Amino acid sequence: MKKKKKLAGVFLSLSLVAGALAGCNSDSKTSSSSGGSSTSGDTIKIGANLELSGGTASFGQSAADGLKLAIEEINKEGIDGKKLEIIKVDNKSDAAEATSGSIKLVSQDKVVAVVGSATSTNTLAQVQVAQDNKVPLLTPTATNPDITNKAGKLNDYVFRTCFIDPFQGTVAANFASDDIGAKTAAIYVDSASDYSKGLAAAFKEAFTANGGKIVAEEAYVTKDTDFRATLTRIKSAKPEFVFLPGYYEEVGLILKQAREDGIDLPFMGGDGWDSPKVVEIAGAEALKNTFITNHYSPEDEDAKIQDFVAAYKKKYNKTPDAFAALGYDTGYYLADAIKRSGDASPEKIRQALEDVKDLQLVSGTLNLDENHDPIKSATILEYVDGKQTFKTKINP
Amino acid sequence: MELIQQLVNGISLGSIYALIALGYTMVYGIVKLINFAHGDVFMVGSFVGFYSITVLDLSFIPALLISMIVCAIFGVLIERIAYKPLRNATRIAALITAIGVSLLIENGLIYIRGAQPEAYPNDVLPMDKLDILGVSISSQSILILSVSIILMIILQFVVHKTKIGKAMRAVSFDSEAATLMGINVNNTISATFAIGSALAGAAGVIFGIYYIKIEPLMGVLPGLKAFVAAVLGGIGIIPGAMVGGLLLGVIEALVSAAGYSLWRDGVAFIVLILILIFLPQGLFGKNKREKV
Repeated sequence: MKKKKKLAGVFLSLSLVAGALAGCNSDSKTSSSSGGSSTSGDTIKIGANLELSGGTASFGQSAADGLKLAIEEINKEGIDGKKLEIIKVDNKSDAAEATSGSIKLVSQDKVVAVVGSATSTNTLAQVQVAQDNKVPLLTPTATNPDITNKAGKLNDYVFRTCFIDPFQGTVAANFASDDIGAKTAAIYVDSASDYSKGLAAAFKEAFTANGGKIVAEEAYVTKDTDFRATLTRIKSAKPEFVFLPGYYEEVGLILKQAREDGIDLPFMGGDGWDSPKVVEIAGAEALKNTFITNHYSPEDEDAKIQDFVAAYKKKYNKTPDAFAALGYDTGYYLADAIKRSGDASPEKIRQALEDVKDLQLVSGTLNLDENHDPIKSATILEYVDGKQTFKTKINP
Repeated sequence: MELIQQLVNGISLGSIYALIALGYTMVYGIVKLINFAHGDVFMVGSFVGFYSITVLDLSFIPALLISMIVCAIFGVLIERIAYKPLRNATRIAALITAIGVSLLIENGLIYIRGAQPEAYPNDVLPMDKLDILGVSISSQSILILSVSIILMIILQFVVHKTKIGKAMRAVSFDSEAATLMGINVNNTISATFAIGSALAGAAGVIFGIYYIKIEPLMGVLPGLKAFVAAVLGGIGIIPGAMVGGLLLGVIEALVSAAGYSLWRDGVAFIVLILILIFLPQGLFGKNKREKV
C-alpha cells in the first residue's frame, strides 16, 4: 500500500520535472518544479536548513531527526489531503553556507517556509533572506534574542520553537521562590558571556518581583580556575540559593570548590550546564542539590512526551535530546500553521504562525509574545547521583 | 572568620605560584634568562600526571614523582637544544627564543592531542572537610600545602648543603671564575634547569588535583603570575620566590574577598608594575649598582 503511494509520488514528481523541462530550461536539477505555485500537486514543500555536518553537526542532526519523525507522522493523515515534503540543505555549520542555502530554498525550490538552523549564528545568517523574500523562517533551537527582534525592530517573518535565553532566568527565579522557598539568593555570573548576563538579569528581576532579596552579586570570567575567594564571600553573605548561569567547564569547577569550602546551598543554572563534562569535573557528589532549567526531559511522565520518546527510540534507537524534541515540535508547529493558513501561501503561514494559541507540543504549551518569542513551560532537572532527573515543570 | 578562610584560600593558591616561581628564579639566577617556556613545562607536568593517574592507574605520590622526572628531563632538553647555543648571544635573542619555545610546546601539544580540556579524576586524594573554628579547610589543600613546603625544604637543602648546590651558587655568582675553579658550568646549568622544571612538574600535578581541569594553554597565566611572584620576591633569590608566590596568592584572594574578583588578574600585574617602579630589586634583593 505504502509502496504503491511512493511509486505514484515518484511518478508524479518525474512527470512534473518532465513538464518543467519541456516548458523551460530548468537550470538546476535540485529544483523539481520551476515557477508556479509551490503547493501544486499533492505536496507542500518545506525547506530545512540545518547543520548536518561540521562543528555543530550533533545539534543539527538531532533537530533534523526530530523534524523528520514529525513530518512522517503528519503525512500519515496529511494536511487537507496534501503531504509535506522536506527539502534539506546542509549548511555545514557555516554562516555563509546557511545564507546561500536559504536563498536556494526560497528562490529555486520555492518552499513555503524554511526551518532554520539549530544554532543562533547560522539562523541569524538567514534572517535577512526570510525578510527580503517574505518567506517564514522558523528555527527549532536558536535562543539568541536578536533573531526575532533586533534593537526593537521585529523581524516579522522569523519565529522560533524554543524559549529565549533570559526566560530561563525567570523560570529559575520562580523555582527558587516557590519550590525551594528561598527568600535570599546570590548570583554568580560569567561576565564574559552575554548568555550568562542575560539569564542573571532576568533572574534578578523575577526574584525581586517575587519578594526575594539578592544578597550577593559576584562575577567571574570564562577560563578562570580559582573561585574560592569569591565563593567564601558568597558564603558569608548567607544566601539560601545560588544562581549560577554559566557554561559547564567553569560551573563544574565552581561547584566542586564550593562544596569543598562547605557551601551546601542549592545551586541552579541554565542549559549551559547541559554537558557530561560538568559531571566529570565536579563529580557526582558536588552535584547534589543542584538544578538546571532545560527545554524538556525525556523522563517527564507526560503522555505526549513518553509517546514521542518511544516513537523516536523505535526509529533511531537512541534517547531524544532537547534538540530532537524541539525539531519534532517545529514540524508540528509548522504543520499546524499550514493547516490554519488555508491556502498554504507563505504570507498566510506567517500570519498563522503568529496567531498560534495554546498549541500542545512535547516541550510544553506554545504561545508567542509580541516579539515572536515562545512563552511556554520549562523543565527543571535535578542532578541525582550525577544524572539529570526530571524534577518539575514550571509554567510561565 | 571570613578573613581567615580567605587567607587559607590565598595560601593554597600561592603555594602553587611559589613552586612555579622557584623555577623562574633559579634559572634567572644562573643564566640571567627569563625562561618563558617555564609555564608550559608546568602544563606538561600536569598532563604527565594526568596520564600517569588515568592510564597507568598510579596513585598521587608515584604520579607526582613521574611527572617531576619527566619534566626534569624535558627542561634539560629545552636548555640543551634551545638555550645552550645562544649562551653567548645577546640576552634579547635568548628571551625571544624562550617565547618561541613556549609557543612551540603549547601548539605542539594541541597538534598532538587537540585543544579539548581534561578533567583529573576526583578520587586521587581523600576528600575530607576539616572545620576549625568555622573555617573549613579541605584535607586536599592541607596535603597540597605540605607537599609544597616539603619540596621547598628539600630545595633549600640541595642548594645550601650539597656539592651541586654549592656549584650552582658559584656559577650564579660568577660563572667565569667558577669555570676557573674547575666547576663544570654546563652540567651545573643543566642541573638548575632539571630542578626548576621538576618543581614546575610537581606544581602541575598539584594544580590538576586542586583545580581538576587541565588544558594545553593552562600554563600561560599561572606562568606569568609566577613570574610576577619571582620579581616581587626579587628575581634570582630563592626564598624571595617562595614569599613572593605566597604573597601574590594572598593578595589575589583578598582582592576577590573585597568584592573585586574581576580585577584579580589586573591587580597581579599592577603589583608587577609597582614593584618595578619602586622596588626593582624585589623584597629580598640587595640594591646592586650595575657595572657599566
